[in-house]
Amino acid sequence: MTRRKGDRRAHPYAQDQGDYLPGAAAGGDAVERRGPGGGRLGPLVRDDGSREGSMVPPAEFRSYYGRQILKTPAWEDKIAYYFFAGGLSGGCALLAAGADLTGRPGLRRGTRLTGLAAIGAGAYFLVADLGRPDRFHHMLRVAKPTSPMSMGTWLLVGYGPAIGLAAASEVVPKRWRRTLPGRLVSGSGRPAGLAAAAMAPGIAAYGAVLLAQTAVPAWNSGHAQMPFVFTASAAASAGGLGMIVAPLGEAGPARRLAVVGAAGELAASRLLEQRLGMVGETFHKGQAATYLRRATALTAAGGLGAAVLGRRSRVAAAASGLALLAGGLFQRLGLLHAGIQSTEDPKYVVEPQRRRLAAQGPTRTD
Amino acid sequence: MADHDRVYGPEADPAGDSGYAADHPPRKGFFTDTSICIGCKACEVACKQWNGVPDDGFDLLGLSYDNTGALGASTWRHVAFIEQPAPPPAPVELGMPGMGPPGAETGAEGREQFRWLMSSDVCKHCTHAGCLDVCPTGALFRTEFGTVVVQPDICNGCGYCVSGCPYGVIQRREGDGRAWKCTLCYDRLKDGLEPACAHACPTKSIQFGDLDELRERAADRVEQLHEQGVTEARLYGADPDDGVGGNGAFFLLLDEPEVYGFPPDPVVPARDIRRMWTFAGMAAAALVTVASAVFGGRG
Amino acid sequence: MGSNMAEAHPVGFQWVMEAKLRGARVIHVDPRYTRTSALADTYVPLRTGSDVAFLGGIVNHILSNELDFRDYVLPYTNAATIVSEDFQDTEDLDGLFSGYNPDKAVYDPASWHYEGMEPHRGGHEASEQARDVASGLQHESGGPALSHGDPPRDETLQHPRCVYQILKRHFARYTPEVVEEVCGVPREQFLEVADAWAAASGRDRTAAVVYAVGWTQHTVGVQFIRTAAIIQLLLGNVGRPGGGIMAMRGHASIQGCTDVPTLFNLLPGYLAMPTAAKCSSLDTWIASLRGENQKGFWRNADAYAISLLKEYFGDNATSENDYCYDHLPRLTGDHGTYRTTMDMIDGLVKGYFLFGQNPAVGSVHGRLQRLAMANLDWLVVRDLAMIESATFWKDSPEVESGEIVPADCRTEVFFFPAASHVEKDGTFTNTQRLLQWREKAVEPSGDQRSELWFSYHLGRMVKERLADSTDPRDRSVQDLNWAYETSGGSGLDAEPSAESVLKAINGYGPDGLLDGYTALKADGSTSCGCWIYCGVYAKGVNRPARRKSRDEQEPAYLEWGWAWPMDRRVLYNRASADPDGNPWSERKKYVWWDEGKGTWVGRDVPDFEGTKPPSYRPPEGASGPEALRGDDPFIMQADGKGWLFVPNGLQDGPMPTHYEPHESPFRNALYGQQGNPTRKVYGRDDNPSNPSPPEPHSDVFPHVLFTSRLTEHHTAGGMSRNLPFLSELQPAMFVEVSPQLAEQVGLTHLGWATLVSSRSAIEARVLVTERLRPLRVQDRLVHQVWVPYHWGYTGIVTGDSANDLFGIVLDPNVLIQESKVITVDVRPGRRPHGKDLLALVADYRQRAGITRATGTAITTTGPGAGKPHLETARDPEEFRG
Ligand SMILES: Nc1nc2c(c(=O)[nH]1)N[C@H]1C(S)=C(S)[C@@H](COP(=O)(O)OP(=O)(O)OC[C@H]3O[C@@H](n4cnc5c(=O)[nH]c(N)nc54)[C@H](O)[C@@H]3O)O[C@H]1N2
Ligand SMILES: Nc1nc2c(c(=O)[nH]1)N[C@H]1C(S)=C(S)[C@@H](COP(=O)(O)OP(=O)(O)OC[C@H]3O[C@@H](n4cnc5c(=O)[nH]c(N)nc54)[C@H](O)[C@@H]3O)O[C@H]1N2
Ligand code: SF4
Ligand code: SF4
Ligand code: SF4
Ligand code: SF4
Ligand code: SF4
Ligand SMILES: [Mo]
Repeated sequence: MTRRKGDRRAHPYAQDQGDYLPGAAAGGDAVERRGPGGGRLGPLVRDDGSREGSMVPPAEFRSYYGRQILKTPAWEDKIAYYFFAGGLSGGCALLAAGADLTGRPGLRRGTRLTGLAAIGAGAYFLVADLGRPDRFHHMLRVAKPTSPMSMGTWLLVGYGPAIGLAAASEVVPKRWRRTLPGRLVSGSGRPAGLAAAAMAPGIAAYGAVLLAQTAVPAWNSGHAQMPFVFTASAAASAGGLGMIVAPLGEAGPARRLAVVGAAGELAASRLLEQRLGMVGETFHKGQAATYLRRATALTAAGGLGAAVLGRRSRVAAAASGLALLAGGLFQRLGLLHAGIQSTEDPKYVVEPQRRRLAAQGPTRTD
Repeated sequence: MADHDRVYGPEADPAGDSGYAADHPPRKGFFTDTSICIGCKACEVACKQWNGVPDDGFDLLGLSYDNTGALGASTWRHVAFIEQPAPPPAPVELGMPGMGPPGAETGAEGREQFRWLMSSDVCKHCTHAGCLDVCPTGALFRTEFGTVVVQPDICNGCGYCVSGCPYGVIQRREGDGRAWKCTLCYDRLKDGLEPACAHACPTKSIQFGDLDELRERAADRVEQLHEQGVTEARLYGADPDDGVGGNGAFFLLLDEPEVYGFPPDPVVPARDIRRMWTFAGMAAAALVTVASAVFGGRG
Repeated sequence: MGSNMAEAHPVGFQWVMEAKLRGARVIHVDPRYTRTSALADTYVPLRTGSDVAFLGGIVNHILSNELDFRDYVLPYTNAATIVSEDFQDTEDLDGLFSGYNPDKAVYDPASWHYEGMEPHRGGHEASEQARDVASGLQHESGGPALSHGDPPRDETLQHPRCVYQILKRHFARYTPEVVEEVCGVPREQFLEVADAWAAASGRDRTAAVVYAVGWTQHTVGVQFIRTAAIIQLLLGNVGRPGGGIMAMRGHASIQGCTDVPTLFNLLPGYLAMPTAAKCSSLDTWIASLRGENQKGFWRNADAYAISLLKEYFGDNATSENDYCYDHLPRLTGDHGTYRTTMDMIDGLVKGYFLFGQNPAVGSVHGRLQRLAMANLDWLVVRDLAMIESATFWKDSPEVESGEIVPADCRTEVFFFPAASHVEKDGTFTNTQRLLQWREKAVEPSGDQRSELWFSYHLGRMVKERLADSTDPRDRSVQDLNWAYETSGGSGLDAEPSAESVLKAINGYGPDGLLDGYTALKADGSTSCGCWIYCGVYAKGVNRPARRKSRDEQEPAYLEWGWAWPMDRRVLYNRASADPDGNPWSERKKYVWWDEGKGTWVGRDVPDFEGTKPPSYRPPEGASGPEALRGDDPFIMQADGKGWLFVPNGLQDGPMPTHYEPHESPFRNALYGQQGNPTRKVYGRDDNPSNPSPPEPHSDVFPHVLFTSRLTEHHTAGGMSRNLPFLSELQPAMFVEVSPQLAEQVGLTHLGWATLVSSRSAIEARVLVTERLRPLRVQDRLVHQVWVPYHWGYTGIVTGDSANDLFGIVLDPNVLIQESKVITVDVRPGRRPHGKDLLALVADYRQRAGITRATGTAITTTGPGAGKPHLETARDPEEFRG
């Protein structure tokens, strides 16, 4: 029988009796952690200040046996894939619209098709991450302005068909082009594409609001910066993708988008981390650290590649594009895990709130 | 967009503002007076029994006598046990007011003896409920009693509420996929009964009733304890102007909230909903701008 | 003290909390900081088993500072009574009272008698027999017999042999320093409690003592309670509101289980089971129940006894045949549960019924219990769950070690699923003697049946089988009155009516149901199943079923349930008024004499003859109730007084004395006599003891282990370890140790520890907690470790049984096992299994030099010191003969 009670943390006497302050964070070293499903999460090296150079001295805050206060988010990596795919799709839709309007059929075709594929994959990940996937359609019972997920769902309901139609217009077989349905589909390529593009920024950005409107410290406190990370990353990914799918000659906008996006992503995520204060530590721990390191490296390399080599070689362009795509994916994974990590240690809940209390007194609604 | 007042800010009548007619019943809630809790866990058992909640695993956690650990999908009442030796260790001097080990400063003045705190936690049935705000299916709803309840036949397990709750209450149940939490015994309330946990509590540590009246009673009790020299007694979640607009289920504590596993100053995430969308809008606009600009060049 | 009320009686504890809210001060004295301690105003840790020293210190504090409530003590207790000059105290005899016989390890209480009173007949022999039948239990509804009720008194309390002076001398030694040395309680802390307790006395104030099995399950348990009784009497806290000594009873209706007993030595209403030696006829039996000239209502024991026989044998019981008295079995000795276990081992018992009991886990010396049950022809288990006592033959540790081989185990086990308390109606009799009727909530499912159904049909079928027998011994069954109302069909479908049983317990007279026990007659015209319950169905009303809300009635709440005797809620409540019959104070007003009406009135049913004025003085030569003065509140006592000194009826002395537990790391600091000199030991190879001083090698088992309960589980676990909601709350057997011991022995929190005694070794998860703290006793740190005893090897959560560590040693008064304290060794890690386990324990026995004589040399001072008490083998054939 497994346990579903959140992780288990140190008891005063499991470690060292000396520094135990009842109700305080237990001091100590490697503590066995358990995930919400009871699975091992691997040893966690408690940052007791000295070890990881955090700015927080040990036992500065108290907690219930060091156990987490918030629940670990229910979401798995799939939700990061979804955000990535959504961002990619949205960026693609924008590129496609531009390509359409500026006569870049290669870029248009590639981004439209990818835009659809990405949003399709995203929808799959979204549904698969539900506890009851067969009830996905319950999302459509209500439209709820207070729920970014509800808003996002309805946005998807509009966006999906639009990008779908735009993509369909690219693949109407020759012999159907003359049929009425064929003509209709082909003809609706542009309006559908533009409609999709109109919704695309929302698709790319709302994920940030979705994460921010939670109690998860690393997400909530970053609500001003995270949308920029999301849209910039969407731009970088879509640019990267455009560099892969479009012939060199048509890929200029994609390259520029990639470079600006990459730069923006790097800048925004630094800002985000700063804004988080001590919670920003979670960016440098565990899975999040790995993912975010990779994200930075890949995005920087991809951006640089795009800027320097992207114009010259299709292979270099494709490689840069791939790096940017991977960077974007790791960015989302990193953010997801930083958030998860920020729920797993009560100090990320207690300390910022204590600081706030000390500085401004209790939060008041009036 | 959201009606601002319903997401945050003073809210005297959550049920009414959720659309119930003016003659809806008064808001119900709990006042859990932990100073008289004997840690018998009758509340935990009664809740499971009445609501058919499954067991939560059979692990010895070693957290004093707490072997359920926390509230969760299969634990809707949770009794915390905190052993505190005396005299408390000297607070770590941090040079920052209010930043020391909280209980060491304020929780234990004059305390000479070892003490064992016990406290029964439950969903707070927030005035501004983070879980309810974010639920995309409408599975979570506000009842006529002002409580917050999940409808298991609607919930699709999206998991959003889990992260929407600033107290770490609601949780998705493994193997079931849906989110579960205390219903404040909605079925019993409809039948004019008090919730199972309050009914089972032998010492009236859990008091159920009209929220207004409970708040008064709680204030009196704190005063009484202060007069008896128990200066560390304080209410948690009773203030209708706090970051979640006050709890439907609030507590009398004898130490800092975090000692019991509560966040010290929770805020409903939707407080910043306008700002969030504004920033998202700015980011989206930036994206559009950049995406347009990139077509300005050659190649 | 000795009760963990918040954990074991949480629902009752709400009233303690309510009292606390109203300003009462709650003090908890317990070896371990529990959930009760957490809610108490003051917590005092003490060494397990040292309560007489602690309480004796309080007696001394009261007497040496004259803090007693003299207006109460003088008229209402035997403080002024003068004791025989033959009496010698433990102070004179190094821990023994006069009359001790080291060969039999019993007292002849003759020298303890009141001056001028005919000494108790029978000498040591009689005492030995009395111990075998746990005669102390027979006094639960009234004191032991005296030859008459008017011993000499010295109202000035100056006579050197008056009880007051004897008491004072006896307890003088129990100074705060001694308390500290023996109990490990710092003297300031002790004095704080002593002052608080002594202050809760007088006209305006009272204190209540709550105890439970933390006091009873000791070889000196009865004397723990006695000491508390002395304090409460000295402070005037008995028979008054807010006073008393509350025994928190155990299982629902365990009180009912002694009132209408399931005990070998009692008949209903605490009528002693006749013994073969003394009770050859009805007359001699009745004579043994009472003193011919004594005061009080026990004088009418003949009416109670004969009415009982009338209930048993109905019309077959006539004055000509002594009301079928000869059908009653006669006791020949100890047939208590532990004796029977050993008799099973010895092959002396064929069959055994277990109705709602799980000795494989709940009784001490689990190994012996299981081996005993594996040596029967048949065993019937009626239980809610498939408990260890029904499955021992296939899954016990003895199967692992090869001592029980499932294929060869000779015991045939019949398991009958029992209906639970919600599946049948009937009464519970709880702690405060209150009977409450319980409605059946749901029909029993499947084959589950009530106890009543099972017993009724078993009796009916046995009667049918024996109907034609001519064997004289079957006459008792043939003559048995077995007519109970049934409903629901014939044969096994017939469901006997619990109400008809309750009516039979209430009793009938010529005019139908009786109103109370004063209506019982010794002439065969009344029948009554339990005299103290007479009136429970008075006027045809099922009184236990009364349920008027407390909001609709006055305190004492007389319209809720029914309390024996005669619906009195506070016993001896005549003492709530002063000798003149006036309330002691307005605040403590309860029952008082109304001169105008000429009756006793008040909140409660007066526990006194209703119209007997305070000024009443009995005529010369009166006996029984007539002899009770108007200011003799203790109407069930043979002299009408509360007993500070017990001249008769206790095995181990007229006054409490501190003795060490049977197994203790310490030498008795007060006397040469180490332990209770009359405790019941069994010198058998299969029941070894760990050595205690003055024996050598007590250091092999250096720590004190004590046991008790958790809120989350119930006793042997049958009712909790099979329920997921309870099992998850305490999912594993654990041992609580102090941080200091953990460090000393090398135990880690949540790791494993192995606990070893000379009986067995068990393993448990470790909880390191400051709720346990080492105590400084006799200038040495002693570590106490604590285990719950709820675990066994079946159920959702399983674990080793604490009772496997215990051996069998009993208190002499009521034959209760010492299951609260032993010595052990504690080692880190898990225990070995199977044969290796036996080897480990054997090794310890060898290192400690344990033989079957160890621990049985219970006399450690004076002549005969050091002589072991060994059991001689008995021949099964002769035994059954
Ligand atoms: N939840 C729950 N409730 C129960 C039961 C149960 O199993 N579970 N069992 C029921 C039954 S059958 C009974 S008999 C009652 C028993 O009720 P209690 O007697 O209250 O229960 P215990 O926990 O056995 O022991 C009480 C206390 O005695 C302390 N103690 C042990 N030795 C000594 C000593 O030498 N001196 C003093 N002063 N204290 C000592 C223990 O530390 C413990 O705290 O509970 C009943 N209620
Ligand atoms: N070391 C140590 N040992 C102890 C104690 C201690 O404190 N320490 N305490 C002692 C005390 S006070 C007690 S009372 C004993 C208890 O010891 P036991 O009486 O042997 O143990 P229980 O588990 O209470 O057994 C009662 C059984 O009755 C069953 N039952 C419940 N209701 C019914 C019913 O209506 N009908 C039938 N037929 N069965 C029913 C339950 O399922 C359970 O298995 O343990 C004693 N042993
Ligand atoms: S405590 Fe959490 S789960 Fe309960 S109402 Fe508030 S936000 Fe929702
Ligand atoms: S998991 Fe269920 S209750 Fe929670 S937000 Fe999603 S649909 Fe609503
Ligand atoms: S109110 Fe009902 S659902 Fe909520 S904790 Fe109490 S018993 Fe459980
Ligand atoms: S039922 Fe009451 S006293 Fe018992 S643990 Fe729950 S809140 Fe505390
Ligand atoms: S189990 Fe029953 S008898 Fe025991 S405390 Fe609870 S309600 Fe009372
Ligand atoms: Mo018991």
